[in-house]
Amino acid sequence: MGTGRGSEGHGPRLGRSLAATALIGTGLMAAVDEIVFHQILAWHHFYDRSTPMVALMSDGLLHAGELVALVAGFFLLADLCRRRALHRRAAWAGLLLGLGGFQLFDGVIDHKVLRLHQIRYGVDLLPYDLAWNGAAVLLLTAGALTAWWARRAPGTGRPTAPR
Amino acid sequence: MSPSHPVHEGAGASLPGWGLAAALALLALALSAYAVAARRARRAPRGWSGLRTASFALGVALLAAALVPSLAHTAHHDPRVHMLQHLLIGMYAPLALVMAAPLTLALRTLPTARRRPVARVLRSRPLHVLGHPATALLLDTGGLYLVHLTPVHAAAQTHPAVHALVHLHYLAAGYLFAWSVAGPDPAPRRPGTATRLTALILAVAAHSFLAKLLYAHPHTWPPGAEHTALAGEAAQLMYYGGDLAELLLAVALFAAWYRRRSRTPRPPAAASPPNRRPHASGDPQERSAPR
Repeated sequence: MGTGRGSEGHGPRLGRSLAATALIGTGLMAAVDEIVFHQILAWHHFYDRSTPMVALMSDGLLHAGELVALVAGFFLLADLCRRRALHRRAAWAGLLLGLGGFQLFDGVIDHKVLRLHQIRYGVDLLPYDLAWNGAAVLLLTAGALTAWWARRAPGTGRPTAPR
Repeated sequence: MSPSHPVHEGAGASLPGWGLAAALALLALALSAYAVAARRARRAPRGWSGLRTASFALGVALLAAALVPSLAHTAHHDPRVHMLQHLLIGMYAPLALVMAAPLTLALRTLPTARRRPVARVLRSRPLHVLGHPATALLLDTGGLYLVHLTPVHAAAQTHPAVHALVHLHYLAAGYLFAWSVAGPDPAPRRPGTATRLTALILAVAAHSFLAKLLYAHPHTWPPGAEHTALAGEAAQLMYYGGDLAELLLAVALFAAWYRRRSRTPRPPAAASPPNRRPHASGDPQERSAPR
């Protein structure tokens, strides 16, 4: 789980804004994965009986991180808004990076390395894997571009300096 | 539960009639004591939030619901209901009770002479050790593993006393953990947010790992338990039900952090007032604790 490694400078907290929404993005994508693919579509299984024990353990730790990340991100965001220290563009960048980062992590580590489960069963996996990880790369690229844009034009999203 | 046992014998492991009556009476007593104290505290200048009172009532209601004979009876045949019972006793009820801040209420309403022994206990070393998130985590999660991965589970199925003790442990350990991680009650020497957050993450991880383990190996664990087709569903309930409870606990933790931050407008790191004893008060929350 990523911790809030924000730049501790003054003015709108670019790093902190990015970290807060990156946490939200990570937790949000994990929740979407859980709700849409596990519960609604039932494409994934809760547990694929071939999963080794170590993978199960790291899955538990990851799951815990995601859960806490979501809550932590929302409260960090609320705190930034309250202090008028939110950098809007950085926040959007963080969200996209978080969403894409989790998606890619899930697609590569969970599905392929740990082999916790696959996206879908009884089908040719290649197009699914490509779509899954392609979407992740798209989100990450969009996030990186937004972050670059936020850095280049730091004037936006700075209503007042924090007290 | 076991096919070799007739149905009525299965109920033997639930509380006997007098035990149930005693437990319910104790709950009613606790609720009325809280209500009386809350009424008194409301009249004081600082007041007492109705939400806290409601939280206590909810905790008591959840415990009572878990003890209701029909639920307890069904729990003996249906692992899903059994799991629900455990979630209520070990996670939801303790969280509601902790959020009701009964200790703060007691300290506010007790006469000064009676307040002193409470304060002395709060300052005692054993309580600091017991109330550390690491200890609480070990007792709470360790107990959970002990029950599910050792013959304790089978013993609880046959001996009502063991069963009652297991439930009592769930309640006490669940309360201890929720208090040590996010309790509004005073907790001297409570470690910082990072430590408590780590304990919470480890608890969630251990809980979800155990749930998936039980789901994956219903024939192996818990040892001595009869495998039924519903065991998998019970394990999933443990997973998602535990998640929701831990999510609420995380919200409580961060909400307290958020409130503290509004109270302290970023104190300069250097100038900290000299304490009488070093490390006497680690937590800013203590400032809100009644003296």
